[in-house]
Amino acid sequence: MAKVTNQEVIALLDEKFGNKITDVNEPYGLLTFETTKDVIIEVLKFLKENTVTDFNFLTDITAVHYPEKKHGIAVVYHLHSMVKGIRVRIKVYIDEQHPTIPTATSVWNGANWMERETYDFFGVKFEGHPDLRRILNMDDLGVFPMLKQYPLEDPNRVDKKDEYFGR
Amino acid sequence: MNTLVDKHMSHNQPVYTDNDPQSELVTLNLGPTHPATHGVFQNVLQMDGERIVSGVSTIGYIHRAFEKIAEHRPFYQITPLTDRLNYCSSPINNMGWHMTVEKLLNIQMPKRVDYLRVIIMELARISDHIICNTIIAQDTGATTTFLYLFQFREHIYEIYEEICGARLTTNVGRIGGFERDFNDIAFAKINKFLKEFPVALKEFESLLNRNRIFIDRTAGVACVTPEQALDFSWTGPLLRATGVDYDVRMSEPYSSYQDFDFDVPVGTSGDIYDRYRVRNEEMWQSVRMIEQAMEKLKKEPAGIFHADVPEFYLPAKEEVYNNMEALIYHFKIVMGEIDAPKAEVYHAVEGGNGELGFYLINDGGRTPYRLHFRRPSFINYQMYASMSKGMLLSDAIINMSSMNIIAGELDA
Repeated sequence: MAKVTNQEVIALLDEKFGNKITDVNEPYGLLTFETTKDVIIEVLKFLKENTVTDFNFLTDITAVHYPEKKHGIAVVYHLHSMVKGIRVRIKVYIDEQHPTIPTATSVWNGANWMERETYDFFGVKFEGHPDLRRILNMDDLGVFPMLKQYPLEDPNRVDKKDEYFGR
Repeated sequence: MNTLVDKHMSHNQPVYTDNDPQSELVTLNLGPTHPATHGVFQNVLQMDGERIVSGVSTIGYIHRAFEKIAEHRPFYQITPLTDRLNYCSSPINNMGWHMTVEKLLNIQMPKRVDYLRVIIMELARISDHIICNTIIAQDTGATTTFLYLFQFREHIYEIYEEICGARLTTNVGRIGGFERDFNDIAFAKINKFLKEFPVALKEFESLLNRNRIFIDRTAGVACVTPEQALDFSWTGPLLRATGVDYDVRMSEPYSSYQDFDFDVPVGTSGDIYDRYRVRNEEMWQSVRMIEQAMEKLKKEPAGIFHADVPEFYLPAKEEVYNNMEALIYHFKIVMGEIDAPKAEVYHAVEGGNGELGFYLINDGGRTPYRLHFRRPSFINYQMYASMSKGMLLSDAIINMSSMNIIAGELDA
């Protein structure tokens, strides 16, 4: 099966989505780009259904919190084309105050629990998700614990301040 | 009837009891602790007699917030966390983590280290598959096979003990290599294992492969098509049993897997029998790879067990006490002051039950800015409840055993 290069993938995306594809780079050979939440599902569908790229497999969905950025939560998708032997990482930065993004369960059923996990830890609301509730934490936790404002240790303890350990 | 049940099952409460006096369905709590589930899994099932009408999985009973903890630990302190993901094959997780950091730091391992890693990873894969396959047999009523093959897991643990001192949560290796060389006893034990295990595995297969009772219980049960499996992001033996020949060792070789001659076994129907056969065949392939690695080691210069990267590789204690540079490097590594590039890296290894991925973001601080584990058990398990619909309860039990879901990895 003919392989496809990162440049070919990005050329196809540029042609289709134009300026919606930004910040393209290749850390350690893995094609990474940013896009916006209004086209993310179209991008995923395009990459999945296009016969040149053939990204048939959703490897992972997760999020990263950057409190100092304007759009503080990055939802990160890892896709994999098993046939073409290429991976891609897609990032969507969304507003921390109103973290909403359309669900990818319409493209892959496997996105279901990955999105529930992301919701559980970061509070990202996946619109249209069939069953968006907490998955690993208890239901009445009340906070989204992977956000950076929540410390690991009990903040009331004086002997276990993170800065004593250089963290 | 179905619509009524589905309405009940989809609301947001964790436990469901069917209080409708007209209903003939029974609510069954399978788990969280149940002798037949081999781990902390809860499934609330609606039963019509012996048949499952619908089910909801509740997970997270042993969630330990590893991703949060990892944001507060220097790289080398994260290895013990990875032990506790899939604790049936900890060395694979350890090595996967080491290789992720080595990828970030652009460190190339000497070939000898790669081969030593292949040996311990393939031993771990065998031990993982032994557990899963013998437990399938156990759950279908064949206790003998379970007891018979399980002693070889003990032999593998003895090899681990010789290499790193631990048995279950191994914490083996370092970023940049191994903490010490394999000793002669370890090599002797590996050779003994290579001689004895194939005999036992052959006997294990001859007890089950053509066993009428075993085939009746497993063949044609819980069939999964390749399309479904890919749609639900399945990986590992489960995906291969459906006929998709995806194996990270083959498609993106790490740790010099490209130097080895091995096959990727696949099934056809994705049922429990195929999963069992795929795992068995993988054990044969692992034995082949360990044999090849032992041969290759003879050609490598002896005594090399880590890369020459003093700024990243934790030095030996006697060095630290007697050598100024070693003391400095030791201090810097322990305090997380190593000079790692500010970058993002995703590295995947073929774990015991699928693609185990590490997504690491380093911002130049002492600890990872973010570390995410792509845990195959978690992703494979999400199909379980919907697969169970229409299945007999006893089949659903074997189905869970055959999926090789490890609670530690499921809940992280």
